[in-house]
Amino acid sequence: MPWPLLVPALAGLAFLVLPLAGLLVRAPWATLPGRLAEPRVLEALRLSLVTATIATAVCLLLGVPLAWLLARTTLPGRRVLRALVTVPLVLPPVVGGVALLLVLGRRGLIGQWLYDAFGVSLPFTTTGVVVAEAFVAMPFLVIAVEGALRAADQRYEEAAATLGASRWTVFRRVTLPMVAPGVLAGAVLCWARALGEFGATITFAGNFPGRTQTMPLAVYLALETDPDAAIVLSLVLLAVSVIVLAGLRDRWVGAA
Amino acid sequence: MLRRLRLAAVLASVLSLAACGSSSSDTAAPASSGGAGKTLTVFAAASLTETFTELGRRFESAHSGTKVTFNFGSSATLAQQITQGAPADVFAAASPATMKTVTDAGLASAPTVFVRNTLQIAVPEDNPAKVGSLKDLTDPKVKVALCAEQVPCGAAAVKALDAAGLKVTPVTLEQDVKATLTKVRLGEVDAALVYRTDVIASGGRVRGIDFPEAAQAVNDYPIAALAEAPAPDLAEQFVDLVLSQQGRDVLTKAGFQAP
Repeated sequence: MPWPLLVPALAGLAFLVLPLAGLLVRAPWATLPGRLAEPRVLEALRLSLVTATIATAVCLLLGVPLAWLLARTTLPGRRVLRALVTVPLVLPPVVGGVALLLVLGRRGLIGQWLYDAFGVSLPFTTTGVVVAEAFVAMPFLVIAVEGALRAADQRYEEAAATLGASRWTVFRRVTLPMVAPGVLAGAVLCWARALGEFGATITFAGNFPGRTQTMPLAVYLALETDPDAAIVLSLVLLAVSVIVLAGLRDRWVGAA
Repeated sequence: MLRRLRLAAVLASVLSLAACGSSSSDTAAPASSGGAGKTLTVFAAASLTETFTELGRRFESAHSGTKVTFNFGSSATLAQQITQGAPADVFAAASPATMKTVTDAGLASAPTVFVRNTLQIAVPEDNPAKVGSLKDLTDPKVKVALCAEQVPCGAAAVKALDAAGLKVTPVTLEQDVKATLTKVRLGEVDAALVYRTDVIASGGRVRGIDFPEAAQAVNDYPIAALAEAPAPDLAEQFVDLVLSQQGRDVLTKAGFQAP
């Protein structure tokens, strides 16, 4: 193995794994079982898993067509569109949360209308958590799917079209199966990002146990008074996400 | 048009708030040792943002060549950062309990209470839910934001509500007092319990309503120079400034009460 690759690779691995080791070393193992059984912990974990999964579904529903639009059409100003799609990636999540409040809040540009017409107000609801997570996580999916679409051989689509398939049929029967691994990889990234979301969630959806307090929020507030509890919560979140991601990888993306 | 301008103004102020929030841990630059350009690093409760910034400016003009940097945030977070080794010179907390975290770790001794703060009900300018008393907050139709119990303003809110024998179900428990106030400013909640000083600092954007039970939940603010201060002399001098008549004037003008 060439050492110019091996040395930095190992350094990179250590850099990513060491903080995890820090959590494991400092974890209060003696009181761990008792702390895990606290209803507060399970409530936050359940909420995190549910909201991250729904947010991923929303991102798939909206993000895959968006990626197709960016990769397969010759829309004018596509370059600008692509840059706009990545805005949530560069935006500090707290700012994203503020922006969401200004648009979807009770007095926001759209939210005001929603509130007056339907009495619907998104902030401080579980739906609000999903909105915040989807906003922050969607670019990961769009970029992954767009990359897959660009890499896919367009001749298959053309062949299907010459055989009389409509664009919708081509997308459904040819394009989508071809880029499925890319979509799944994007969905996994998207889910992971949604699960760890903090800034936009606490700003837009607030923090209330059982309704909007996801694991990252619970970790943050535990850190204020009880660092041991924060470590336990972080470990739970880590363990669950590693198990889910590793499991999915083997099943869907195929063990490499 | 006016509405849009106002929205833009709120956005600007919130963004600047968010910016200082996210950079707070980076601002704790270690003091440069020796030389002319000395730095004093002060960790202070979020509710002291305006007054301490003003006192820092005065300190800089009295000590030419000295730069005062602040890390404003929830006292509980700041206390954790200090016990984890953040290079701070002075800690000003919004409650004795959060200061105790630092003194228990042996990182400060003999803190002095320099001001006290009381709670007020904060409502948006137009008071959409017609809130007039603490009891109005128990109405399920009124959306209330409180600080999380882990931070001083939240602990004070619980104390005040207990004293009044009322049970309030908030829609959110915010991570510090400024975040709570922001929710009122944006009109996302109908009322919140925040410090009187924060209502005054909002410059009329939020209306404050006094309530009698606030007297049972007065928060003492302790300040201390830290034992491992990179700039111990400056730390003592800054604490002296805060405790001086000049410091007291700045603080009481902002709505704080003398201890």
